[in-house]
Amino acid sequence: MNLGKQFKEGLITNNPVLVQVLGMCSTMAITTSFFNGLGMGLAVLVILTLSNVIISAIRKIVPDKIRIAMFIVVIAGFVTMVDLLIQAFLPDLAKSLGVFIPLIVVNCIILGRAESFSYKNGVVASFFDGIFQGFGYTVVLLIMCIIRELLGAGTFGGGILGPVNAAGTHMGIQIIPSQFPIGMLTLPVGGFLVLGTLIAAMQWALSKSKNKEESK
Amino acid sequence: MQEIYTLLSITLGAILSNNFIFSQFLGICPFLGVSKKVDTAVGMGIAVTFVMGLASAITWLVNEYILVTLGLGYMQTVAFILVIASLVQFIEMFLQKSMPSLYTALGVYLPLITTNCAVLGVALLNIQNNYSFIESVVYGITGGLGFLLAIVLFASIRERLVFADYPKNWDGFPIALVTAGLMALAFMGFSGLKVW
Repeated sequence: MNLGKQFKEGLITNNPVLVQVLGMCSTMAITTSFFNGLGMGLAVLVILTLSNVIISAIRKIVPDKIRIAMFIVVIAGFVTMVDLLIQAFLPDLAKSLGVFIPLIVVNCIILGRAESFSYKNGVVASFFDGIFQGFGYTVVLLIMCIIRELLGAGTFGGGILGPVNAAGTHMGIQIIPSQFPIGMLTLPVGGFLVLGTLIAAMQWALSKSKNKEESK
Repeated sequence: MQEIYTLLSITLGAILSNNFIFSQFLGICPFLGVSKKVDTAVGMGIAVTFVMGLASAITWLVNEYILVTLGLGYMQTVAFILVIASLVQFIEMFLQKSMPSLYTALGVYLPLITTNCAVLGVALLNIQNNYSFIESVVYGITGGLGFLLAIVLFASIRERLVFADYPKNWDGFPIALVTAGLMALAFMGFSGLKVW
């Protein structure tokens, strides 16, 4: 077991969003404010870690043929728990994430990690895999939120910081004066464009570091 | 008459102005994964339409007559995903026995549909929007048609992308995402479409 290597894989070289390109729906849909991104990222991190641990613990007694069905039941159970907890304690977050919390069930990152990692590895390694992969996902969500919010609305930290509007939500701190931002970026279009650019940047960075290793 | 108007506005919304891919971000994984060729895109689109229609009908019935009656509303997500997974498995076996030609055409895509978020999404949205049985089925089918339209258009563009000259680092997903972004921009034009 190599924690440093697993950490690097989750965050950079095997990042769930930018390299494995999994879980795109939620990545693009909810990254419109900082609070949404943080909430969604942490929810996925918790569910991924718990389901990784359970799946790895039961991996020897589950028959190979029905393993996908078992994974889905385990994941759906944890998603329901997290969904109910968010609805009870963070109603604002539940409202702005809407249908995307129950949809974590079909988020390919969780099923993908169950199939490719925790079904083959021990409980402790799966636990850390869940934390690191979830962390990598959260970091990408936050980067997307910051870019889309700053360029699209000119604010930072929407949902947690800044003045409160009539509906009772925090508007974020205005950094770029309100007549300049590109409003398009907070709309669905922005999700596609920003994620495309981020993946391209990641491919550029990875190919550059690969060239460097080869020239050594 | 009022009902027909409601159904028409659901249809227009699901296909154009509130397209599942371009404005609701549901079903992006198969949209990007199975859109390299127009033929496969058509197969996937038809399979998704079929499953979304059936899943809307069955999950609505399950919710109304089992979950609500027994007061098990909190089991919605678990119940729906199980219904969808077994439904897909069932359709697969049924087609294999009775319509082998359709089965071979859709074969590869059917198992993938279980984890398509558009299917679970439409089931949850039907309940959230308080749709009646007919409205749910119409929303499911037309949502699937919207997906079909989006994936076929996207696959046609991607086939041409082979000849395009773009920086090497944009190869694969990034250029596909930018294309999808521009298509989403075009679909935004439909958002003013409120006939009723």
